[in-house]
Amino acid sequence: MAEPLLRLADLRKHYGGLAVTDGVSLDVMPGEIHAVIGPNGAGKTTLIHEITGLVAPDSGQVVFAGRDITRLSRPARVRAGLARTFQITNVVAGFSALENVALAAQARVGSSFRFFRAATSEVALNEAALAVLAEVGLADRATVLAGALSHGEKRALEMAAALATRPRLLLLDEPLAGAGPEETARLIALLTRLKAAYTILLVEHDMQAVFALADRISVLVYGRIIATGTVAEIRGNAEVRAAYLGEDDA
Amino acid sequence: MRLREAWLPLLLLAALGIAPLAGFAASYEMTLMARMMILAMAAVSLSFLVGGAGLASLGHAACLGVGAYAVVILDAHGITDALRVLPAAIGAASAFALLTGAIAIRTSGVHFIMITLAFGQMAFFTAASLSAYGGDDGTTLYSRTELAGTRLLENRLVFHYICLGALALTWAACAMLLASRFGRVLRAARENAQRVEAVGLAPYPFRLVGYVIAGGFGGVAGFLLANATEFVSPAILSWQRSGELLFMVILGGVGRLWGAILGALVFVLLETWLAELTPHWKIIFGPLLVVSVLLLRGGLSSLVAPRHG
Amino acid sequence: MTAQLLLVQVLNGLQLGILLFLVAAGLTLVFGVMDFINLAHGVQYMLGAYLGAWLAAAAGSFWWGLLLALPAALAAGLVLEVLVFRHLYARDHLSQVLATFGVILFLNEGVKLLWGASPLQVPIPPLLAGGIEIMPGLQYPIYRIAVLAAGIATAGGLWFLVDRTRAGMLVRAGATNAAMVSALGVDIGRLFTMVFAFGAMLAGFAGVLAGPIFSVEPGMGDNVLILAFVVIVIGGIGSIRGAFLAALLVGLIDTLGKSLMPDVMRLFLDASPARQTGAALASMLVYIAMAAILAFRPAGLFPVRAG
Repeated sequence: MAEPLLRLADLRKHYGGLAVTDGVSLDVMPGEIHAVIGPNGAGKTTLIHEITGLVAPDSGQVVFAGRDITRLSRPARVRAGLARTFQITNVVAGFSALENVALAAQARVGSSFRFFRAATSEVALNEAALAVLAEVGLADRATVLAGALSHGEKRALEMAAALATRPRLLLLDEPLAGAGPEETARLIALLTRLKAAYTILLVEHDMQAVFALADRISVLVYGRIIATGTVAEIRGNAEVRAAYLGEDDA
Repeated sequence: MRLREAWLPLLLLAALGIAPLAGFAASYEMTLMARMMILAMAAVSLSFLVGGAGLASLGHAACLGVGAYAVVILDAHGITDALRVLPAAIGAASAFALLTGAIAIRTSGVHFIMITLAFGQMAFFTAASLSAYGGDDGTTLYSRTELAGTRLLENRLVFHYICLGALALTWAACAMLLASRFGRVLRAARENAQRVEAVGLAPYPFRLVGYVIAGGFGGVAGFLLANATEFVSPAILSWQRSGELLFMVILGGVGRLWGAILGALVFVLLETWLAELTPHWKIIFGPLLVVSVLLLRGGLSSLVAPRHG
Repeated sequence: MTAQLLLVQVLNGLQLGILLFLVAAGLTLVFGVMDFINLAHGVQYMLGAYLGAWLAAAAGSFWWGLLLALPAALAAGLVLEVLVFRHLYARDHLSQVLATFGVILFLNEGVKLLWGASPLQVPIPPLLAGGIEIMPGLQYPIYRIAVLAAGIATAGGLWFLVDRTRAGMLVRAGATNAAMVSALGVDIGRLFTMVFAFGAMLAGFAGVLAGPIFSVEPGMGDNVLILAFVVIVIGGIGSIRGAFLAALLVGLIDTLGKSLMPDVMRLFLDASPARQTGAALASMLVYIAMAAILAFRPAGLFPVRAG
C-alpha cells in the first residue's frame, strides 16, 4: 500500500473542558478525493485550522508527504505543497483576476524580494497565471477586478490561486457554500475536472456533491471520526445514519 | 499608476524646477520651497507605507529626526562631507526603523498606530536628553554639509535642485517599489494578509523591509531638513510632526503616491499663509483639518483626477 | 538612595499611575466600546486642569473649582462628541487619528489664547496643605496622599459601575461585541455618547487633581495622552482592570526610572555621561517596557476581544 500524502495521527485539541478534536486519525492517499463531512459543531473548522496551521493541536501529528508539519507556519505549509481555499471567499478584491493568480505564481517561482521591475510586465508570471485561469475557466475574465467577479467566479479564482502554487494536496473548505444551483453545477464540473489531476481533501456540507465526487469519506462527529470508507460503505453505515444522515432524512 | 494621471505631479515638479529662474528666488521663497520639497519627500515615503503597505505609522517623524541628528552629531565630531554624512543618516534612520519595526509590525491596526507613536516619543525624549547637542533647545548647524570637499550645498540654487532631485527620485523609487514583485506582496497584504499567506508568503518580512526603506527615505529628508534650516531640535521628531506628515498624506489622498506631494505643498502654503494672518494660526488650522477629514474622503488628488471604474 | 527616598518615589509613582488610570480609563472604554481612537482625550485632561484652575481662582476655592469643573468637562466632552466625534465612528482609524489631531491643535491653541502661554499655578487647598510624617523623619505632602486616595476611590467606583450595574454590563458587552449589543435593541448611539462624556469627565477630573502638582500649561495633555496610550496598549484595549494595573506599572516605571537610572548608570559611567544616559534611558523605559510586553503578548496583558 502506498504512503498517505497527508496523515493526521491522533490529533487532540481541548478548549477548556471541551474536546473539539478528540483523537482524530485520518489518511489522505495520493490521487484520491477524500471528503470530511459532519454535522455543525462536529469540529470541522478546528480540524482545518490544525491542518493549515492556524491552530496548534494539543497533541498528535500532522504528517505531510512524509514530513512532520505539525509546528510549521501557515505560509511554510503552502510552500511545502498544501494549498487551500477558504469557506468565506478570500481574494484580493482590488487586484485583477490575473494579478491574484500571478501573486501565487510569483510566490512559487523565485524570490518575491525583487524591487526593480514592474511585476505586471513579467511575461512568465502572467503566462503562468493565465494558464491556470484557463484551467478553471476564467481566462476571459483575467482583466476584471476580483471584487467585481460573481460569487462562483471568485470561488474558481481562489482555486486558481491555490493551483498556481503547484500544490500536492488541495484542501477545499466548503467550496460550494453560498453558491446558487447554477453556480454549484459549474463548480462541481470544475471539481470533477480537478479530481483527475490533484489529490483533494474536501470539507463540504452538500451531501449530493460529496457523494458524487468523493472516493472516500470520513465522518466527523463531536471531534471524532466515527467512520471512514467509500461512498457505499458510508451510506450503509448504521452509526453514520444514526448520528448524521438520520437528521437529514427526518 | 497610469501615466495620464501623472500630469499634475509632473507639473508641480516642473513648476518647482522653474520657480527660482522665474523670479521666485528671494531668500524666504527659496526657504519655503525647500521646506515644501523636503516635507513632500517625507510624506511620499510615508504614503508608500500607509497607502502601499497599509502601515499607518504615527512615528515617521522620528526617522526624519534621526537623519537630522546624524548630521549635527557627525558635524560636531568633524565629519562634514555628505559622502559620509548622507549614508550615515540613511543608515541610522533605517536601523531605527528596523529595530522599532521588528516589534511594531508584529501588531496591527490601532496597536500599530499607537506603538509607532510610542517609539516616536522614545526617539523624541532621547533627542531631548542629548545635552551635548542642545537638549530641549536643539543645536545650530554652523555650516552646511560639504559635498566632496566643496561648499556647494551653501549655494541656494544648488540646494534647491538637490531637494527637487531627491523628491523626484523618492517618488519614482517608491512608485517602482510598489509596482515590483515586492510591492505586489505589500499591496496584497494590505488588503488581505490571509490571502498572501495562502499562497505561501509571510507578510512580515515584506512589511519590515518596506518599513526600513521608508525609514531610509525619511533619513534623507532629515539630512536635507537639517541642512535647509541649519538647526536641529527635538521638535523635528515630535509626534505633532508625525501627525502633520500623516495629514499631508491623507490630504493628498491615500493610495496615490503623488497625492502626498500635493498634500505637502498645500499644507506648507496653508501653514505659512495662516501664520502670517495670526500667531494663533493653529486655532484655524485645527478645525480646517477636522473639516477636511470629514468632507474630503479621497483627498485632494481625487478632486483633480477622479478614479475611474 | 535611602529607603525613605525610595518610599517617596514609590508613592509618587503610584500617584502618577492613578492619574494615568483616570485618563486611560476613558480612553480604553471609548476605544473598546466604539472602536474609536481618540487622540483628543489628552486635551480633555488639559481642559479639566484649566477649567479647574480658572474656576478655582474665580470662586476663590479649589473645591468650588473642582465641583464646577467636572460638569464643565462633561459638557465639553458632549459638545465635542456631537460636533466632531460621532461623525467619525464609522470611519477608519486613520481618519479618526487625524480629525482628533485637529481637535488637539485647536484646543491647545485655544487655551493659549484664553489663558496665555505661561503656566498657571494652582495653590493647594488649605485643607490639604502641608505634610504628614509617613516614616520617622519623613514628611510627605498631604495633597498627594489625597490624590492617591481619591484616585483609588474613583477606580473602585468605576469597577463597581462597570462590573456590577446594568449600564456597566452594556459597556462591557459593547466592548466585546458592539454589533450584538446593538442587535439586542440597545440604543448604541446613546450608549456611545454616555461613555464618551463620562470618559471626558474622568480625564477632566484627573486634570483638576493634577493642577496643584504639575503646572497647568498648553500641551500638558499631550504627554499624558501618549503615556495613557502606552497604558491601554499594555493593559489590553478595552480592559479596565488591565488599564488599572498597567497605569500603576507605567507610573512606577517612569517615576522610579527617572530617579534611579542616573544612579544605576553611575555604576558603569562617569558622573556627567551617567546623568545624560540615565535621563535618556529613564524617558525610554516605559516604551521599552511596552515593547517588551508586546513582543510576547501583542494584544496586551488582558485582551478583551478574542482573536
